[in-house]
Amino acid sequence: MATKSAHHGDNYINFEKGLWSWLTTVDHKRIGLMYMATVMFFFLIGGIMALLLRLELFAPNAAANVGNVLKNGDVYNQVLTYHGAIMVFMVIVPGIPAILGNFFLPLHIGAKDVAFPKINLASWYCFMAGAALAIATFFFKKIDTGWTFYTPYSIRTGTATVLMVLGAFVMGMSSVLTGLNFIVTVHKLRAPGMTMHRMPLFVWALYSTAILQLLATPVLAITLLLLAAEKLFGVGIFDPALGGDPVLFQHFFWFYSHPAVYIMIIPAMGVVSELITTFSKKVIFGYTAIAYSSLGIAAVSFFVWGHHMFVSGQSATAGIIFSFLTMLVGVPTAIKMFNWVATLYKGSVSFDSPMLFALGFLFLFAIGGVTGIMLAVLPIDVHFHDTYFVVAHFHYVMVGGTLMALMGGFYYWFPKMFGKMFNESIARLSFVFIFIGFNVTFFPQFILGAMGMPRRYFDYIPAYENLNKISTIGSWLILTGFLMGLWVIVQGLRNGPKAPLNPWGSKTLEWQTASPPPHDNFAVEPIVTAGPYEYR
Amino acid sequence: MMWFNLAKAQSFMPTQGTEIAKQVDNLYGFLLITSFIACALVIGGMIYFVWKYRRKTPNDKTAYISHNTFLEFVWSFIPLVIFLGVFAWGWYIYHDMRTMPKNALEINVVGKQWAWEMEYKNGYKTVNELVVPINTDVKLILSSLDVLHSFFVPSFRMKQDAVPGQYTAVWFRADKLGDFHIFCTEYCGTSHSGMIGKLKVVNKEDFDRYLEQGQEERNLPLAKRGEKLFAVKACASCHSVDSPAVKVGPTLFQKFGTEEVLDDNSKVTIDENYLRDSMLNPNKHIVKGFPKGVMPTFQGQLNENELSALVEYIKELK
Ligand code: HEM
Ligand SMILES: [Cu+2]
Repeated sequence: MATKSAHHGDNYINFEKGLWSWLTTVDHKRIGLMYMATVMFFFLIGGIMALLLRLELFAPNAAANVGNVLKNGDVYNQVLTYHGAIMVFMVIVPGIPAILGNFFLPLHIGAKDVAFPKINLASWYCFMAGAALAIATFFFKKIDTGWTFYTPYSIRTGTATVLMVLGAFVMGMSSVLTGLNFIVTVHKLRAPGMTMHRMPLFVWALYSTAILQLLATPVLAITLLLLAAEKLFGVGIFDPALGGDPVLFQHFFWFYSHPAVYIMIIPAMGVVSELITTFSKKVIFGYTAIAYSSLGIAAVSFFVWGHHMFVSGQSATAGIIFSFLTMLVGVPTAIKMFNWVATLYKGSVSFDSPMLFALGFLFLFAIGGVTGIMLAVLPIDVHFHDTYFVVAHFHYVMVGGTLMALMGGFYYWFPKMFGKMFNESIARLSFVFIFIGFNVTFFPQFILGAMGMPRRYFDYIPAYENLNKISTIGSWLILTGFLMGLWVIVQGLRNGPKAPLNPWGSKTLEWQTASPPPHDNFAVEPIVTAGPYEYR
Repeated sequence: MMWFNLAKAQSFMPTQGTEIAKQVDNLYGFLLITSFIACALVIGGMIYFVWKYRRKTPNDKTAYISHNTFLEFVWSFIPLVIFLGVFAWGWYIYHDMRTMPKNALEINVVGKQWAWEMEYKNGYKTVNELVVPINTDVKLILSSLDVLHSFFVPSFRMKQDAVPGQYTAVWFRADKLGDFHIFCTEYCGTSHSGMIGKLKVVNKEDFDRYLEQGQEERNLPLAKRGEKLFAVKACASCHSVDSPAVKVGPTLFQKFGTEEVLDDNSKVTIDENYLRDSMLNPNKHIVKGFPKGVMPTFQGQLNENELSALVEYIKELK
């Protein structure tokens, strides 16, 4: 048992020692790192699943006997479901808020911790418990519903739907608790002088996300409970055989999951705002527009869920209204893109690895955005819905957007988190592989979708073979890129040279404290007298 | 000729089988060009700026530009106008897609794991094959026996979910003869990707003949239908049916219910499932004395009804 005198390390990492001190910590920085370790682990598993799927699709296996990697359609469908569910619920949704948000939100606003440190720890345990339930399905009949759990398939399948949705439910609780914590932290714990309009844009983004997490996630929770009740007790809600309505499930599901796509992207937009200003040494263009467009997107995103259901049997009028509202979400998104590009104008742009990821984000998110608009146009979506075009679109926004920002943010804050620098050349090389590999993998999928190839296909007609081959090869390039990234992290942690206080010359508060920060974040409480991007 | 026809031609969309498909492609061509310009502006601007303003010394002076109301207004307004424009254009086409024509030829389509069953007004049923006349309004009334399915014909830019417990509908007017793919685009389990059908557009006379034949066939006894198929599918070129004479393959005369010796010297009784296997998966059992790989598979060429008809016919070869 550590005595009080041992509590005097000079930073949060050596402040206390031993595994137990981590498992019981209420320090937001340590909790951020625990999320990091777990999310990276799940990313590895989800990634292996993805590689398997792509291998299977290397060739159509009905014709020739190659490409028979996964034994049959059932196995393919299970791998597909695990890939989607893990990547969405265990990587992209918690990713930026739980790792970087936890670590940097208090530092950004000059606070000692989040408002409710114990709830913060509880949310990590919730996350782990939910993840454990989800992973447990692997040992009980697996799961093959796709990450969307559409009824009545999810009710009739022989696989472990109930266990899986309980897992997602518990993970959702974790998301709600984090959101709640962040909202209160932003309102109550800002340092003297840190007005709302002096908060870094990353904080604004986390704040908007937190509102979404708090309001949307309970809807998913209720939906999943109803699904479990139907499956366990035969209460007829969604299954027409029991007098239910299968389309109702889709309404409920997307009422959460559309806002959820903004839970996934808004924090990434926040990270990118930080990176662009820092690495062009310039005040962000249109601070207010960016800050409030996050809130605007969050608000409107509650009313566009029906754009996932244009061919579901909902009325034509509903389709028209949802298409219209979706167009409105496009505008604030476009504004942000222009603001970032304008920030580069007359700046002093460096090409450090975090900036490469931010520029990569702009590139890929532009493509994700314009294809999103295409999908919002009714007759175009009728053709593209549930084809590989949609698959390409959401990978451009979720991987090209969120994951790129996560990687960039991670490299950016690495020196602060660990007090060490990493190997910059390999980090850049890893970016090059990920960026090129990403486009090689996913761009052909737009074309496949236009040609009509449906998604969630174990096998396909020979006309689609060449593009699928290219896509599979791309997946190996991405793998190479991520392995390099892993090496950069491990090597940096073990042998990285000591990091200076503020290696990139940033203006935000976290760079004024030690690297790594002390247990209480700041030796003396900072007093804020200016905005976050005063590069003059 | 419109300026975005070039984009349309390069867009990889499948053959245009209907007038609506052409309209959809016009709009898509427009979206492709506008998207390309938008990306070129944003990405091109980004690349130009990062190059022009790349860091030269560690202490470069940068401009302090916090916002510009006019610019921000312009770049909010222009996208808004474009978005609302394409929305309205989309609405216009969607309206046509969703307004059911009067007096259309109605065909019922039932999705089930994992096949499409078509039922014509005269009661004729087929599996995974939909035959329709050219230049005629056709309305499909969709439903499902089990889980969600989605009826997708890429060449017609047409898609609609088949929902258990309710009817949904689509219509089209094909203006090209030929065969088109039908895919299922709503995930439905194990063989989701095998749930592929064929949509044949034929001349009106051919369509009438098709329906009549179907009607006649429906009235024939099962074994008689099998006999016809046996001829049509050219089974008779390899199998004799009226004597024990051996052609390329074993005779089928008086075979049902007897025992057959296979090439690994095991014995099987010829029953319904053995016959079924022999047609769909001919290399699974090879009769002793016959080479492997000679008989082609009829997987995908015979539907359930046809299989039963053939089995019934072979049963009755006495
Ligand atoms: C300009 C902004 C965007 C617009 C206009 C847009 C539009 C759309 C539309 C209309 C669909 C439905 C397509 C269909 O199912 O047929 C869709 C699907 C999807 N979008 Fe977006 N989107 C945008 C941004 C994003 C972002 C930022 C994300 C996530 C980070 C995202 C993630 C997804 C996902 C996951 C799906 C597919 C869901 C599924 O069926 O599995 N989108 N998007
Ligand atoms: Cu959406």
